[in-house]
Amino acid sequence: MSHIYSITPLNELNHRKDKLLRLLFLMMIVTLIVPVLIILGTLIYKGGSMISMEFLFTFPKNGMTAGGIFPALLGTIWLVAVALLVSVPLGVAAAIYLSEYALDNWLTRLINICIINLAGVPSIVHALHGFGAFVIFAKMGTSILAAGLTLAIMTMPVVIVATKESLQSVPHAFRVACWNMGATRWQTIRRVVLPNATSGILTGIILEVSRTVGETAPIMFTGAAFFLPFLPEGIFDQTMALSLHLFVVATQVPGVPDALPYGVALVLIGMVLILNSLSIAFRIYLRNKKKW
Amino acid sequence: MKEQPLTIQNGEADDQWDLAWFVDKAVQFIMFVGGISAIVFILSIIVFVVEQGFQFIYETLDFAQFFTSPRWRPTSEWNPTYGILALMAGTASITGLAMLIAIPFSLGAAIYIAEFAQGRTRETLKVMVELLAAIPSVVWGFIGLSIMNKLIIDWFDVPVGLTVLNSGVILGLMAAPIVTSIAEDALKAVPDSYREAAEAMGASRWQIIFHVVLPAARNGLLGAVLLGVGRGFGETMAVLMASGHAINLPTSVFDSVRALTATIAAELGETAQGSDHYGALFAIGIFLFIITFAINLLADLVVRDVRKS
Amino acid sequence: MVGTRAATQSQQAQTMTSSTQAHRKKLEVKDLSIRYGDFTALSGVTLDIREREIFGVIGPANSGKTSFLTAINRMDAMSADMHVNGQILFDGVDAAKWRNLYSLRRRIGVVFPLPVGLPMTIYDNVAMAPRLAGIKEKAELDLIVERCLTRAALWDEVKDRLTSLGSLLSGGQQQRLTISRALSQDPELLMLDEFSIAVDPVTTMRIEDVLQELRSEMTIILVTNLVQQAHRLADRTAFFLNGRCVEIGETEAMFNGQVQDPMTLDYIEGRFG
Repeated sequence: MSHIYSITPLNELNHRKDKLLRLLFLMMIVTLIVPVLIILGTLIYKGGSMISMEFLFTFPKNGMTAGGIFPALLGTIWLVAVALLVSVPLGVAAAIYLSEYALDNWLTRLINICIINLAGVPSIVHALHGFGAFVIFAKMGTSILAAGLTLAIMTMPVVIVATKESLQSVPHAFRVACWNMGATRWQTIRRVVLPNATSGILTGIILEVSRTVGETAPIMFTGAAFFLPFLPEGIFDQTMALSLHLFVVATQVPGVPDALPYGVALVLIGMVLILNSLSIAFRIYLRNKKKW
Repeated sequence: MKEQPLTIQNGEADDQWDLAWFVDKAVQFIMFVGGISAIVFILSIIVFVVEQGFQFIYETLDFAQFFTSPRWRPTSEWNPTYGILALMAGTASITGLAMLIAIPFSLGAAIYIAEFAQGRTRETLKVMVELLAAIPSVVWGFIGLSIMNKLIIDWFDVPVGLTVLNSGVILGLMAAPIVTSIAEDALKAVPDSYREAAEAMGASRWQIIFHVVLPAARNGLLGAVLLGVGRGFGETMAVLMASGHAINLPTSVFDSVRALTATIAAELGETAQGSDHYGALFAIGIFLFIITFAINLLADLVVRDVRKS
Repeated sequence: MVGTRAATQSQQAQTMTSSTQAHRKKLEVKDLSIRYGDFTALSGVTLDIREREIFGVIGPANSGKTSFLTAINRMDAMSADMHVNGQILFDGVDAAKWRNLYSLRRRIGVVFPLPVGLPMTIYDNVAMAPRLAGIKEKAELDLIVERCLTRAALWDEVKDRLTSLGSLLSGGQQQRLTISRALSQDPELLMLDEFSIAVDPVTTMRIEDVLQELRSEMTIILVTNLVQQAHRLADRTAFFLNGRCVEIGETEAMFNGQVQDPMTLDYIEGRFG
């Protein structure tokens, strides 16, 4: 902006400072991004050779030093499914309550604080809770159900926040117009608010899936096993999981070939990044598709 | 006036609780249950974590020893000690180093995104930051274990690469995208009129940033930093894999340490349920819960304060 | 629904003498006060609105006109900081004691100054209220939609694109869509709040013609910022100022200068406002 004024020595100095500062901040953001890109490159370089149909769809062999990751992959899908079945209905309901019904009172503030803390409590504390509440108290044992519930509680805030945001992006005037016609709150939500928020909610759910896939600590003691020679048959069985499998092959098993953990990490990070990209692309598409 | 009763009856007849009314009330109740579930879950966390640790805390725990002894020897046969000082030092040193890296860089990044970058660049950078935040902690741990470990050994000529340095850098890179995006929100929340007013007075960009935008966004930025600290404090897998997992009061960044979270993750599977060791791990869990709860609450209060003013 | 009730009403209208019709009270407002938090928007308003009249409400901005309509519609139940004191009798029944407010609102059509086309098709916009009332038959809905859009002078413009989004129409069209929607409720009471703000003068005139037609079917409260509009349409007019109802009278008399408070005349003649 300073260029519109005459170039005095002071302005000249400020102008240079501006440029220098801009460069400094640019370098800071580059320093954050570049190492991660290098790391991703390394993962692909070292683990890329592992990725094959056989790797994805066979059991581990020779004490997990060879073979594929199929049971871990399938177990992760089991866990995500259970977690979503619980957290999506509860999370969407909570968001609808907060956005459409809740008054500005102490209860609402308390709910909001609890949601913030559900997201902020260390994952290992969620693991302790899952162990104490589900595995022992509810007598579920270490099972997909216990681990899925633990994950659900932990990732529910993701759905709540995304849903609340997309509900609140629907202008208030639409609600008032519906109420004026004699529509009940629920009729208004179902016919006007939700149809215009579903895509935003879906974005949030995809994001939650991505979070759930990567979580490790909460499932360590609640339902995920280091190694199982068979596939889970129901929600009361234990299962392997991809994230824990990476931890196991990277730290717990001697004699694992160098490329194997890289391959597992690549599959895991690939899933997470694809899911996140999907959710971002979805959001950009939504933003460009104006309905009012 | 004969026809008046007709209308009035009509009115009263209309004022009935119809199906839509009942459905509305039922749905409202269901949504309320959803909202309440968040409170129930937090209570459940408190109840069950405390319940499992209660007996140990009540009967065995020596508070003074717990917080001041650096000796964490839960498996010692004749004299088990439960001191978490070294573990706290481990967590503090890793989180401290991580924040030393994450705070300046993510504030710089946030300023660049919010104040300098425009259009496509801005969108691309935001997407990048979001993707960085999505990388799972176990993958970060693996990176520390495999890639960073070798780099540190090679570059600094030290025998062990799984150190405060390693896990601090990893944790810094993990926390940075989160701090960046919250800080960027805080900067964006500063009204453009502030910037325009300063510009009209002939202020340069750096003057606007340092004298107008940053002071105005102060609370939001503080909130971002606090959430970053909370995140670093509670991180488990990355710290477990990259810190070396040695009980140690660190004297330099090249020392291996062990964090509070990592201790629980590593030992819970090997303890007998109901034993002192088991109870001690839950006691650490309670401690972690209290600290993170306080940090999150503080961050929330600080950020809420911004919205009010 | 539109057909049946309108028919019985016109039958009723025929059997009634004009004098009883004029005396029947659709709405009795007694000592009405409205407060938003600490801000008092309206205080001590007492007035009657008769069956099938056009009741004009004029007054400068922030005089409490919109709050008045909002209270009749019981929208205070949907917001935490709107508080209503006093009594509103709708057809002789206290609105504050209505249990199912939604059924009350179904009988009252509202048009607000800023048009709101709901983000659904034009057809669905107009068919929504009948659907809420339980009408499912396609043929009947088609009939209602066409009839309501025609009455709001919008049918010719949109009949070929009933499936496009109502929220993407132009401002003037959205306002007429809003009016069609209000009419689709087959209301007994129609409340319009400065509808002409978002509409061009030609459309305003067309809507005014529509209101002239509707006066034989329903009671209309016309809140307007255009004094002459009240003059053209209203049977009786109330003048609101600073949250008080300063004066109520026959429109003709009021505009002929027969006022109790000189402020009213000043406002009508454009000396302030």
